[in-house]
Amino acid sequence: MDLLPALARWLHFLAGVMWIGLLYYFNFVQVAALKAATADGTAAGITKHVAPRALLYFRWAAVVTWIAGAALLGNQFLNAFTLSKGMAGIGVGAWLGTIMLFNVWVLIWPNQQKILGLKPATDEEKATARRVAFLASRTNVMLSIPMLFFMAGGWSHRGTFGL
Amino acid sequence: MKNPLDSLWGTIISGVILTAILYAVVKSLLV
Repeated sequence: MDLLPALARWLHFLAGVMWIGLLYYFNFVQVAALKAATADGTAAGITKHVAPRALLYFRWAAVVTWIAGAALLGNQFLNAFTLSKGMAGIGVGAWLGTIMLFNVWVLIWPNQQKILGLKPATDEEKATARRVAFLASRTNVMLSIPMLFFMAGGWSHRGTFGL
Repeated sequence: MKNPLDSLWGTIISGVILTAILYAVVKSLLV
């Protein structure tokens, strides 16, 4: 049946656009905006009203993207993750996406909770959390570049790249 | 040495380099 993979692909794209779109928003827009807003005393607008909502959609879009991707791989799931012949390209994409999901839930979200005051933390803990969350987020931007290369061309167009 | 992830261009260039490395690895070792 072709309907399930087609729906999984659609959902994978929709959630993936939301996840990576918000990741790029955080890194290309919010980091610099927050710096400027802190300087003129308007940071609360971002930290109270924008960031928590963006993080909500960001972390759950990451989960939906991964599940829809796993459904799309279907019976090729293990072949992809073990980088079997013909599946190595998409497998590398899947591994990169999985590492990024780990970063979202284990490094970014728990530290953002401390930064935004959703979880109690001392000033020192907040400073550490800020650095860890920032580097994990930047790592995900870096990983998104090869991830999207292997996602876009690693399976359906693998022949084009000789993979 | 400065962490390349501290700047957006450093992050993007690192991502492109990583893409080339992973592509070479997949092509030579796994295909």
